Amino acid sequence: MDLNAGPEYKSFREGVASFLNKNLHMAGKARTPLRPNKQELEWQKKLINNGYAARTIPKKYGGFGAESDVLKSRIIAEEFSQSSIPMGMANQGISMLVPTLLELGNDEQKVSWISKTISGEIIWCQGYSEPGSGSDLASLQTKAIDDGDDFVINGQKIWTSGAQISDMMFCLVRTEPDAPKHKGISYLLIDMKTPGIEVRPLMTMTGHAEFNEVFFTDVRVPKSQIVGKRGEGWYVANATLTHERGMLGDPNQSASRLKEIIDLMQEETVNGEKLINNPVYLDRLMRLQARVLSMSFNSLRLLTASHKKLDAKMAKLIVKLNGCQLNHDLAGFAIDLLGELGTIYGRSNHDHGSGKWQWKFMFDLGLIIGGGTAQIQKNIISEAGLGMPREPKPMLEGKK
Amino acid sequence: MEFALSEEQEILSDSVKKMLADNTDIDLLRNHSKGDEGIRESLRKLVVEMGLPGLLIPEEYGGSGLGVLEASLIAEEFGRYAVPTPWIGNSVMAPTALLFEKGNILSEKWLPLIASGEITACVALTEAVGKRSNAGLELKGSKVSGTSIFGIDGELNPRIIITVAGDDLILVDTKNPGVTISEIPTIDSTRPVVEIIFESVDAEIIPGGKKAIQKTIDVGRVLLAADIFGASSNMIDKAVEYSLERKQFNRTIGSFQAVKHMCAEMAADLEPCRSLLWYAAYAQDNISEEASLLSCHTKAHLSEVGQDIARVSTQVFGGMGFTDLLGIHYWFKRIGLNRQILGGPEKVRQEAAKIQGFLT
Repeated sequence: MDLNAGPEYKSFREGVASFLNKNLHMAGKARTPLRPNKQELEWQKKLINNGYAARTIPKKYGGFGAESDVLKSRIIAEEFSQSSIPMGMANQGISMLVPTLLELGNDEQKVSWISKTISGEIIWCQGYSEPGSGSDLASLQTKAIDDGDDFVINGQKIWTSGAQISDMMFCLVRTEPDAPKHKGISYLLIDMKTPGIEVRPLMTMTGHAEFNEVFFTDVRVPKSQIVGKRGEGWYVANATLTHERGMLGDPNQSASRLKEIIDLMQEETVNGEKLINNPVYLDRLMRLQARVLSMSFNSLRLLTASHKKLDAKMAKLIVKLNGCQLNHDLAGFAIDLLGELGTIYGRSNHDHGSGKWQWKFMFDLGLIIGGGTAQIQKNIISEAGLGMPREPKPMLEGKK
Repeated sequence: MEFALSEEQEILSDSVKKMLADNTDIDLLRNHSKGDEGIRESLRKLVVEMGLPGLLIPEEYGGSGLGVLEASLIAEEFGRYAVPTPWIGNSVMAPTALLFEKGNILSEKWLPLIASGEITACVALTEAVGKRSNAGLELKGSKVSGTSIFGIDGELNPRIIITVAGDDLILVDTKNPGVTISEIPTIDSTRPVVEIIFESVDAEIIPGGKKAIQKTIDVGRVLLAADIFGASSNMIDKAVEYSLERKQFNRTIGSFQAVKHMCAEMAADLEPCRSLLWYAAYAQDNISEEASLLSCHTKAHLSEVGQDIARVSTQVFGGMGFTDLLGIHYWFKRIGLNRQILGGPEKVRQEAAKIQGFLT
C-alpha cells in the first residue's frame, strides 16, 4: 500500500490542471444523448489532440496514441470532475464499439469507423436486446437472411438508447438459424438511414423516452459489415459487454451524489432546524458514506490490479450490482430528506430540486435491471466468483 | 500509487494463516469453550515463536516495527480461525498506547517484555467509549479505584493493565496489591473479556492524555473490524463449501439460485470491505487527518455487514447451522462480540458524524 503519487504523476496532474485552466472557456456542458454541436465537436478535437480523450487509441485511427496507464486516466477524470468540466464524449460508440473494433475488427473497419466515432462525427446505438430476449440474450430472433452480397434483416430491437439521433447501429442478428443459439449470431454494423428501419420512442416510468424500439423490415445490409466471423457475433458482443459493465456502477458518481446530499442537508431546514443536525438522518448518511467509501477504495484496488495486469476477480464482479444499488439508495435518501417536497416532479414554487432525484431514483432502477439484471449479476458472482454450479441443463430448457 | 498488499505483507498473512490452519480446528474451539484453558497458553506460545507480539514495537525494544495494516492482516486470520489467544489488546492497543509519546519510561520498561512474550498486557478502554452505571475508575494521587469492564486480553494473568481514568491513560502493574481480574461470560467463548476491580492500586500515567486514548481506540476499532472481516470471510467459505456437498431433491443445494444468490449477496457485501479495511489500517499510520473517521466507518460498516453474513451463512447450512454439530455458531458469536466492543455501530457512526463537523 502506497497512496502517494510518484513525481511523474504529480507533474502529469499539474499539466491537466493547467490545460483546464487555460481552456475553460471552450468546454461545453454534458448533454448526452443529444447530438454534439459545433462547439462540442471542437472541444472533443482539442481533448484528443492533448491526450485527454481517446488517449490510448492509436494515432493512425485518429486517437492520441499514448501507452495505457490507468493512473493517468484516473488523474484526468479526477481533474475534470474537480473543475466540473465534462470529460470527452462518452457514448456507446466510443465506449463499446471502438474497443471491439480495435480488438476484433478488420483494418478497413478500423480505418472507416474509429476516427469518425471518437471525434463525434458519427453517433452509434446498440442493437442487442429484443422483446423476447433480455437476460437470455443469446435467444435473439432478429433474422438476417443471406441474399447475394447482402443480408436481409427482419425483426425488432428494444432498449436502444440514442437510436433517434444515431447514424449507425452495432447490432446482433441471427444469420445461422439452424446452429445452436450461441453459434448462430453475427455482429453487424448497420446504417440507420437504410430503408426499412423505423425508430419509435419508448416512454418509461420516468415520463421520458430515454430508450427506443427499432423495427427492421427487409433491411438490406452488405455482408462486409460483419465484425469478426459470421456466426461468432456472440463472442464479439461479449467483448463489448465487459466494457459496458465497467461503466455501470461507477463509484465517482456515488461520491458526487453523496456530496450533493451533504450540501442539501446543510441548506434544507425543517421547523427551522437544519437536516444536518438531525441524528436520525445523520445515521443514515453515515451508513451511506461508509458504502461510498468502500466502493471508492474498491475502485482504487481495481485500478492497481489493472495497472499490474492482474485479474481482480471478485472485486470486479461486484461493481455493477453494488454500484447501481448504492446510487439508487442515495437518490432514495435525498427524496426522504425532502419529505413531501421530495415528491414534486415538475414546475412548482415549492420545488427544492426533487425532480432530479426522483428521476434518478426511477432511472437507477432501469440500470439495476439493464446491462445484466441484478439477478444475473448474482449468478455471475456465485459462479465465476465463488465457484458454484450453473443451473442444471434440464431446468434451463424446461424439461422434467 | 499502489492499492495492494506488498509481497512481504502477503507472506506475513500466509504464514500466520498456515500456522493457524495447522494448529487449530473445531475441536480446539469446542474444548476451549468447555474450559480447557491450556489451549490459550499453547496457542500464545506459537504466536510468540513467530515473533508476532512485537509486530508494532520498534526494533530498539525488541520488536519488528511494522504497522497497523500488518497487525490487521493478522487480526483477519485470527478472526478466520476464531483463535482463543491474545492479540488486539496485548499486541496492538497496548503498544499503540505506550508509543503515543516516544521515549517515555513506561515504554522502555514494558515494550521489550511484551515483544518477547514474557508478559501479556490487558487493555480496558470501554469506559472511554461509553461508561455504564456500575463501572468507571477514579484516580486519587497515584492510586486508582473502581471497576473497568470488557478488558481485552486479560485472560492469561496479564502483568499490566492499560485503562482510563478521566482524561488519562493509566498503566497498572498487577504485581501491586488490590487488582482482581475475572472473566465476564459473554456469547463468545473464543475470546475472553474481563472485569477488573481496582482497590486503591498504584497506577502510572501514560503520556498523551485524550489524544493517546483516541488513537488507541481508533486502532483497536480497525483491528476489531479486521477480526470481523476474517470471521465473515470464513463463514462465506464454509457456507459455499457446505452447499456444494449437501444434496436435496437430487441436487447439491449450491446449484439452486435461491442459495447461490444468498452467497452472492454475502460476497458482494463483504468484498468492498477489504478495501475499506486496508485504507483505514493504512491511514492509522500514514494519513493522520483521516484516521479517526475511517476507523469509525470501518468498525460500523463491518459490524453491519458481519452481522448479516453471520445470519445468512448460518441459514445456508439449514438445520445444521442451528446445531452445535458443525460449530458455525462460534463465528456467529465472535462477530456478535466484535460488533459491540469499543462502540456499537450507532455509537461509532455518531462519532463519524461529529468528526466531520455535523451534529453541532
